[in-house]
Parts: sequence; C-alpha cells; structure tokens
Amino acid sequence: MTAILGAGTRAVAELEPADTRARIVVVGNGMAGARLVEEVLERDGGRDFRIIVFGDEPHGNYNRIMLSPVLAGEADEADIVLNSHDWYAERGVELRAGVRVERIDTVAKVVHAADGTATPYDHVVLATGSHSFIPPMTGVRTASGDLLPGVVGFRTIDETREMLAAARTHRKAVVMGGGLLGLEAARALQAQGMAVELVHAMGWLMNAQLDAEAGAVVRRSVEELGITVHTDAMATEVLGTHRVTGVVLKDGRTLDCDLLVVAAGVRPHTDVAVRSGIEVERAVLVDDRMATDVPDVYAIGECAQHRGTVYGLVAPAWEHATVLADLLTGANPGAAYTGSRTATKLKVAGVDVAVMGVSTPERDTDEFLVISEPKRGVHLSVVVRDDRLVGATLVGDTRKVAFLTQAFDRGTPLPAERIKLLVDLSDGEAEVGVAELPGDSQVCNCNGVTKDRICGAVAEGCTSLPKVMDATRAGKGCGSCKGLVQRIVEWAADGALTEEESASWYVPGVPMPKPELIAAIKEHDLRSVSAVFATLARGGQEDAKSKMGLASLLKMIWGADYVTEPDATFVNDRVHANIQRDGTFSVVPQMKGGVTTPDQLRRIADVAEKYDVPMVKVTGGQRIDLLGIRKEDLPKVWADLGMPSGYAYGKSMRTVKTCVGSDFCRFGLDDSTQLGIDLETRFQGVESPAKIKMAVVGCPRNCAEAYVKDVGVVATGKGRWEVYVGGAAGASVRKGDLLATVSTPAEVLELTGRFLQLYRENGNWLERTYDFVPRFGVDRLKAVLLEDSEGLCAALDEGIQRSVDAYTDPWARDLAEPASPGQFRTSLPLTVLPRVPVR
Amino acid sequence: MTTLTAHVVGRADEVPVGEGRAFTAGGTPVAVFRLRDGSLRAVAAVCPHAGGPIADGQSDATVVVCPLHLNAWRWDGTPTTDAAPLPVYPVREEAGTLVVEV
Repeated sequence: MTAILGAGTRAVAELEPADTRARIVVVGNGMAGARLVEEVLERDGGRDFRIIVFGDEPHGNYNRIMLSPVLAGEADEADIVLNSHDWYAERGVELRAGVRVERIDTVAKVVHAADGTATPYDHVVLATGSHSFIPPMTGVRTASGDLLPGVVGFRTIDETREMLAAARTHRKAVVMGGGLLGLEAARALQAQGMAVELVHAMGWLMNAQLDAEAGAVVRRSVEELGITVHTDAMATEVLGTHRVTGVVLKDGRTLDCDLLVVAAGVRPHTDVAVRSGIEVERAVLVDDRMATDVPDVYAIGECAQHRGTVYGLVAPAWEHATVLADLLTGANPGAAYTGSRTATKLKVAGVDVAVMGVSTPERDTDEFLVISEPKRGVHLSVVVRDDRLVGATLVGDTRKVAFLTQAFDRGTPLPAERIKLLVDLSDGEAEVGVAELPGDSQVCNCNGVTKDRICGAVAEGCTSLPKVMDATRAGKGCGSCKGLVQRIVEWAADGALTEEESASWYVPGVPMPKPELIAAIKEHDLRSVSAVFATLARGGQEDAKSKMGLASLLKMIWGADYVTEPDATFVNDRVHANIQRDGTFSVVPQMKGGVTTPDQLRRIADVAEKYDVPMVKVTGGQRIDLLGIRKEDLPKVWADLGMPSGYAYGKSMRTVKTCVGSDFCRFGLDDSTQLGIDLETRFQGVESPAKIKMAVVGCPRNCAEAYVKDVGVVATGKGRWEVYVGGAAGASVRKGDLLATVSTPAEVLELTGRFLQLYRENGNWLERTYDFVPRFGVDRLKAVLLEDSEGLCAALDEGIQRSVDAYTDPWARDLAEPASPGQFRTSLPLTVLPRVPVR
Repeated sequence: MTTLTAHVVGRADEVPVGEGRAFTAGGTPVAVFRLRDGSLRAVAAVCPHAGGPIADGQSDATVVVCPLHLNAWRWDGTPTTDAAPLPVYPVREEAGTLVVEV
C-alpha cells in the first residue's frame, strides 16, 4: 500500500535529445494538475507536447476527497490512488514528485525548482491548489516555525497518516473548524476510537453552506454520534511544550487534547505566482481561457480566481482542466470557462447533505420555503427567484436532489405548488421525479404515450412492464424511455408489480433464455423457425412477434444451412429494403467505407430519374438512400443499379464509416479507408441481435465518429489501432469502451470478428452493443476476447467464419429467383404510392 | 344489417403458406393470409392506426402484426394494443379461386 503512494525512487526517463515537442510544465500534481495532464493526453497532446509535472508531495496523484474515508478506516490508501508513478512513466510524462517549484522566470520562460533545476517551458500551468489555514494562536508553532507536534492540518495523505498514527497512541482530539472538512475529520477520528471535541468559531456548523436552522440539525446529528460541539468558540492558545496538551478558548475554558486537527479553512497556494510577478488577488487571476496576465502562464483549480470566485470543489477544477486542455491542444480553440454553478451532495458526519446555489433569500421578492423537522434530523429549504430555483439546502433527506439539481442546472419549470419541490404530497415513498411528472406529459416520444396512459394501463390490470409496454407501446420505439416507463409502472402499481417470467426469455414465444435456446436448437437440429415452434414452444404454438428474432438466431447458428421461410421473416428482410411510413421502401446500395465512384453515382442518378424517386438522401452512414421506391419496382431498381445491398434495413452489420485516412488527410496517421472497406467486406450482411454500425478513423480527431460506434477503430500512429466497442450516438449516446490496442489491420479484423460473434451468441434480441457491453462487463469482455479466459476464442472465430462464408448478396439472389410468389406485389393496391411529398 | 357480397379476388395459389397478399374486393382493399395450417383469413389491407400495409405483416394462428408500428390484431379484428379494431371479412377457397365477402 505504502509502496503505491510512497516516495518515487524511479529515475526520470531519459528523453530523446532531439525531442522538438513544445513543453507544457504543470506546477502542482493535485486533482487539477493531474486532470489537466489526462485531458491533454486524451486529446492526443502527447504527440505535440512534452509534459513535465512538478508535485510538492513525493507521491503519484491521489484523490484528496477520499482522505476522510481513509482516516475513518473505510478506504485504503490504495483505493484513492488516481495515477501511480508508473502511470506517468508509461505515458512519457515526466513527473518530478517531491520537487517544489520556487519561481517562474516569465521572460526567459524557465521554471526554477527547489532542487536547483531550471526547466524551460512553452506553456506553464499553475495548479498549486490550497493549503490548510492555520489561524494565529499563541504556541501553535515551535521556535523553528514548524507546527507544534500533535498539531496537524487535514489536507494531505501525510497528514492523514499522522492522524491515524496518533489515533493509535493517543486518546483525545480537538478538531478546529465546523465546516465540511472539520466534520469529516471529527467523525473519522471518533470512528478510530478517539474522544473528539469540535470547536467552531461561528454560530452554527457548516455556516458557509447552511443557514442557522439547517446547521442546528447537523449539530444534533453530530452530537448523537458522541462528538461534543462548541460553537462561537475561538481557540486562542495552544498548550504544550514538546507535544500539544490542550487548547485555550477565548472565553477562558481549556480543552485537554493530545491531537489538534486544524480544519479552519484553506487558502490558495499563491507563493509561486507572487514570486513570479503574476497578478494575484485572493488567488491567481485568470480569464475565461484560464490565462493569467502573463503570456503562456495559466492557472487552474483552487489556486485560480475566475470572475471573482475561487472554487473549493473538484468539479470546477476539472472543468478548468478540460477547457485549458481544449485550448492548449487546439482540440477546441474556442473553448471558454464561464463559471460553475456548484451543486454538492455529500455525507457529512453520517448525515446526507445536498447544497446548491444560495441558502437564504437575498431579495424581497425571493420565495423561501423551509421544512424543518429537527427531531428527525431533517431540514429542507429552497429559494425561488422569478420562477427559477436559485438555491436549495437538503439536510437529512436528499431524495429530491435529482429533481432539484435538474431544476437548478437547467432552469426547468417548477411546480406551482412550491411545497412539491420538497415533498411528494401524494405519496411520500414515491420515486423522485416520477410522482411530480404531470399526467399529460409525454413519456414515450416515439409512440406519443403519456404518463396518464401508462397509469391507465396499470389500473386496467397490466401488472408488469412488458404488459404495459404491449398495451401502450410505450418504450417500444427507440427504447430510450424504457427506464422511465418502468419507474412509472412501479410507482403506479404501488408494489403490486409482478415479475414476468418471460423477462429472461430471448423471444416471448419460446420459454427459454438465449443460451438454453441455442443449446436446444443444436440438440434437436432445428433449422427453421417453424421447427423451433413445433419442438420448443408451449403447445407447439407459433408466435408472430417471435419469428424475426428466431430467424436471426437460426441464421447465426446454421449459416448457409439455415432453412429460410418467408413467413418467418420481417417484411424488410423479405424484400431487402426498409419499409417507410407510406408503405414504400428505401433502397441503399452498398458503398464500402463510404467510398464511391463516378460510375456508381451515374447509375444511382439514372435510377433516381427513371423511377421518379421522390428523395435522394446522403445517409449518416456515408451512403446514398433512394427513398419512396414502390415495392413492385424493387427488383428493377436493383437490376439497374447493379450494386449489392447495403443492408440498411436489417438487424445486421450495416455500414463502416471511414475518414480519408493517410491517403489525402494532412493529419491521417494510417489507412483508415482501406481498413473500413476490409471490415465491411468481411462482415457484410452478418445478422445480429440488433443493427451494428462501425467506423474507422485515421487519427483521434475522430472525423468518422468511431468513438460512438458499436465497433470503432482509431489509428494512433506507428501502425497501432485502438478498438472501441459498445459506443452509441442514437437514442442513447455512449462512448465506446477501449477493448484493445493492436498493431495490424489483421488483428483488428480478428478481434472485431470475435467480439461480433460473442455479441451474437449472448446479446438479447434487439439489445444493442451499448447495452450488451456494460451488461457483459468490459473487464470480462477483455478477459474472454484477449486472454481467452473462458476458452471460447476458437469457437467464436469458427462461428463468425461460418456466417462470413454464408454471405450472398440478397438482391442478386432474389433477382435470379424470387423467394416466394408475389414477393414484390403491392400491399396497398388502391393507394397511389409514394405519398411522401416530393421536394 | 348490411348484406355481404362475394367477390372473386384472385387465384388461391397467389397466397403462399404463412404469408399475406393484398387484393381488391369490389373496391375494398383486403389482405388475405394463409396460415400455416392451410386455412385462410381476410382483413382490411390498410391498418386503422397509420395506414400501414397489413399484407406485409407477419402472422401466426392468433394474430396479425402491422409492419409499421407492430400493432397486433386477433383474427376476429380485436386489437391487442389500444389501436382501433381491424375490419375482418369472410374468405374461402372455391375451385382454385379466392372468394372474399365484403
């Protein structure tokens, strides 16, 4: 444990002498400085910048917020390590841990450190954070200026260790300061078995965040833990010669102690800035670009003062780091920081507290609502100004915090009855957010289903989520509202919900989860959907809504040996085109990697004219969509196009987007276009639980959006490719998880095939990879696919190969021989199609 | 009470097993399905919810499902969702032809 956070003995890695990269020097290795390094690296800044980090503490980077749990014995030091020494070494970042920076020569652009070194910089970032404020008290320091032994601040891991050591050998602690940190320290030391007294100079606890009543509620809860609290109590003198023995208060009382923790606030570390001639008020002054008044010198985190505010929370510090990284790397030259609205939720001394904005009314017209139940340890208040929430304080009951945070951050409308901001009048136990949703508010935007309609279905006897979804179609569109629908159903059913046994089934018509179903299909050698129903369904009953999922599964299992039945197939798969709202179809020819030719474009143009295609549209997947094609024209359109199907209609591999890669792009690191074409060629038409979209980009600028694809491949230079899986940018937005970094296109193809097959064998019907990957678990995914931890890889490779081998272009196949009589007959004989307006 | 008129809409072999095909019966568009047991069903060809082509839908012994929004109706025309009912018509096979009464 100590090894991880221990002093770094590693020699600084020798950098190539010819390193011509610009230098970013970061002064401070706390939560702001380290985050900046991460953000710069994430923007591929490691290529253009050599990064040197100075850290006052001899450690890697750790999560300062977590020091309280460490002190309380609830977390290990190992748990709070953010970046170890190895982390820096692996990324080529030079960490000078334990080296204090003395000053910056902003004319020569050199950083001078206490070890005598002079480090030139192109950009220097001050991230020096804060230090504990030690109020002036007689006897607090020894003659040499050091703190009297037994007196300790609460800011660093070393101070935490010192307190832990003291807790083992000493009995009585006084904590100075009744703010967040002081309360945390008091509770933690009490948990370590010490008798604790808390001394606070102000009239009530947490006076910076809470009003007097809320502070009183916190006090009660703290006292119930057995901690003695003194408010309006100022310590004026520290007793003891070799070690602290007590403190004297202003009113003359003496409190005995053998440990004195000073948590009376923090002050920004501005010494380096002051010595370097950089403008400082309470902290280092910065503009919206985090820039100080000196060129190429920036400040972020707690040492920065922006528009008059110095923040003491981690969220703003991280926002600073993000903006500055955007600017330094050029990832977003227009990035600007305009301030943070801070909302915090924490557990202090065992009490849930959430605070945002102002705590008391400031204008005559402000509305102020307070609910105080000191006996229960609950104190809630909100401040409303001009119909907007400008502040909220929740102590002891933070169930409404989600709704209030949303109202505070986004200015969403507030209920006319303000009391509903704080309590659910109808049902105190209800899920936050659902109860106060108006009945006529639309829950499912795809199908236009309101909350009332969902509640109505429950009242009519639908007692499970699937039944409500069947009855109302809520959640059956894009699916992004499913969670909300479920919460409303649970709320409306009020505990009378039944768990559908069928929830675990792959399809509703066959009572088996997917793995069992696959095993049974193989065991009974079932090669058609009708055979599956006859053998495995209850009473041999077929089920229309299960057919599509079963057809997909059977194709996956049997490849070319699957027995096709037209009635088992959804209309899109029967006519190999995507049905539109008026009963016409869209036709998307294959255009591998989004690369086309003048000849293809000419043919597409000719077809569009010949068949009066009402709309020709470039798709998001880098292809061309012909919309409004009559069903009976489909075979003629395919014949005239002379191009293979692009599978834009299937639950299958659809498209691989690419950027122009290294051939033409000034920034391209590798041939992303060819790899995209190779991926699409190998996996074209492969059916899967839901559609699969891929992309390959030639550099991390991500022009073809590979980070948000089911499979995304990113060239990082020197022949290396990162493979991301489980990304999404549809109804859900999710960045893919990095599966692996590999060195050849062949490895990309192999890994992609393995991942696809694993998903095909384990994904539920219509479950996209962005749900599958988190469900399966990224770590397990890596273990299975990269280390073959479950011995599956050979079978996965074989399975995907079977599907690759079974590929035939469906357009060419059905042109040669229709799948069934009347396959392309119109189904709307009296309707003139298309009915969409022609632009 | 409305009287039904019988119309020959097409040949019996125009509707493959398990699938649906659309016809017109005296000016009314109808979708005729042949179930897997060989029996016939006839319903309105246009879905009452959003004008979807019912004949393109999938079916089983109990229901037909519209391909546009996956509303389903039992073969007596009653919906399983909150959509309006789907008109149903008597249908039979007669000397190799399909006869629908509308």
